Amino acid sequence: MKYLCLAFGDQKKMEALTKPEFEDLLAQCRVHDEELRKSGHYVSGDSLEWAAMTIRPRNGKPVTTDGPFAESKETVGGVVIIEARDLNEAVRIASMHPAAHLGEKLGWGIELRPFSPTCHQ
Amino acid sequence: MGEGDVERIREQVEAVYRSDSRSVLATLIRILGSFDLAEEALHDAFAAAIEGWPRDGVPDHPPSWLVTVGRFKAIENLRRRARFDESMARIAQGIESEGARSPDPDDEGLEDDRLRLIFVCCHPALAPEARVALTLREVCGLTTEEIARAFLTPASTLAQRIVRAKSKIRDEGIPYRVPGRSELPERLDGVLRVVYLVYNEGYSASSGASLLRCDLSSEAIRLGRLLVELIPEPEVVGLLALMLLQESRRAARTSATGEIVLLEDQDRSLWDRARIAEGTELVERALRSRRFGPYTIQAAIAAVHAEAASVAATDWAQIVGLYDVLLRADPSPVIELNRAVAVAMRDGPEAGLALVDRILAGGELDEYHLAHAVRADLCRRLGRTAEARASYERALDFARQEPERRFLERRMAKLRPG
Repeated sequence: MKYLCLAFGDQKKMEALTKPEFEDLLAQCRVHDEELRKSGHYVSGDSLEWAAMTIRPRNGKPVTTDGPFAESKETVGGVVIIEARDLNEAVRIASMHPAAHLGEKLGWGIELRPFSPTCHQ
Repeated sequence: MGEGDVERIREQVEAVYRSDSRSVLATLIRILGSFDLAEEALHDAFAAAIEGWPRDGVPDHPPSWLVTVGRFKAIENLRRRARFDESMARIAQGIESEGARSPDPDDEGLEDDRLRLIFVCCHPALAPEARVALTLREVCGLTTEEIARAFLTPASTLAQRIVRAKSKIRDEGIPYRVPGRSELPERLDGVLRVVYLVYNEGYSASSGASLLRCDLSSEAIRLGRLLVELIPEPEVVGLLALMLLQESRRAARTSATGEIVLLEDQDRSLWDRARIAEGTELVERALRSRRFGPYTIQAAIAAVHAEAASVAATDWAQIVGLYDVLLRADPSPVIELNRAVAVAMRDGPEAGLALVDRILAGGELDEYHLAHAVRADLCRRLGRTAEARASYERALDFARQEPERRFLERRMAKLRPG
């Protein structure tokens, strides 16, 4: 089974970090990132830019707006796809992600979502 | 080595996973002192097998190899993590020095660990639904999603239940061991209760998800067999017998359209003779021990039914006698109700009705639909139609499962107007 880890964070607080603070955080992230990548469950993933475009149907046609889909303090800042035997194993693996250890004051956290390929059959 | 050989070894690894991954996990939990570390080590050990066995050949005793490699990988992982969490180095050190003292487990050691795992998963400190979920996942190897589907629960709810149970085991330091002689009977009873709960969840299948729930019954029987192998106490044998004997009637107890078929109306040629033979032999074995309990007595009752060619040919006197024994071992109004049904078969509906009315007057079964259904049926047989109708209505007030409701409505419709 494949699972999606959505790593959330507070954009404003992240942008308020000084350069040394940010670099220090990045260095701390690296060891956790490496854990996750070496776990044997990592499929793919990366960090995301904050800049977002949204496309929705309007009168049956796609219409583009400038900005994220949902307005909220916390935005998705990274995604990782993992392969796991079941949801509990996925929880254990997602807990290796930097956003499960660091950035408590920056609104960091992970939302774990199973892929559901049967929906589209 | 050709591609065919690699494929063959991959299949072998998968076969070892199916047959041994649970005992390897159980041993790794003991060695590493943590469910999560053990699960990770198990994964790493099998990954190493897929990589190494095509090159080096399959080891003589795969489970020991997997335990050794799993422990090594766990130490490696912990040492690496010590870079951001110093406490990991200490844990790694502890595991390493412990490993130097005790040799790798043989088959007997692996069996002991499986039993330890069963007792921890069924520990009374855990919530009952958590015991069931944990046992099915860790001991039987079902995935969280499979358990969730079988219990018609969202997977996230079930996953959280398992996470909480594991934290509780860790935080409260629930020991990883088989209980000592003094507490064994009570703790074993708790384990059997979990197994029987899983069985009944599958047996009382409501039509919608019946296929998956049927899997729960076979999982419970598998667990029962494992327990008989690991701890052949009479009641363990009795429970396996009970499950096999009930299971033998599965094909006959619902119609093609999923309607309930009562014992008296079942096509007995559909009963599974192999299961009946095995179940009966196990009951006799448990009874011979003279240390049996409620599961064995219930199995003995099921065995009497199983050997009868029809309801009329059933030895109801023996069944009443067994219910008397059961009531002494495990008094409960539900068993009294079952006994009343048997008395009605032996002595006639009037005698049965007197008992049922006395049980209902006790009040405890007032909201139990089957108590009213039994009363309704006895009144029907006595020609007391108005009373029968009132009792069917009362039963319908409390029946929840659709097939049961349809059954009661059909019976009520068949009453002569009166």
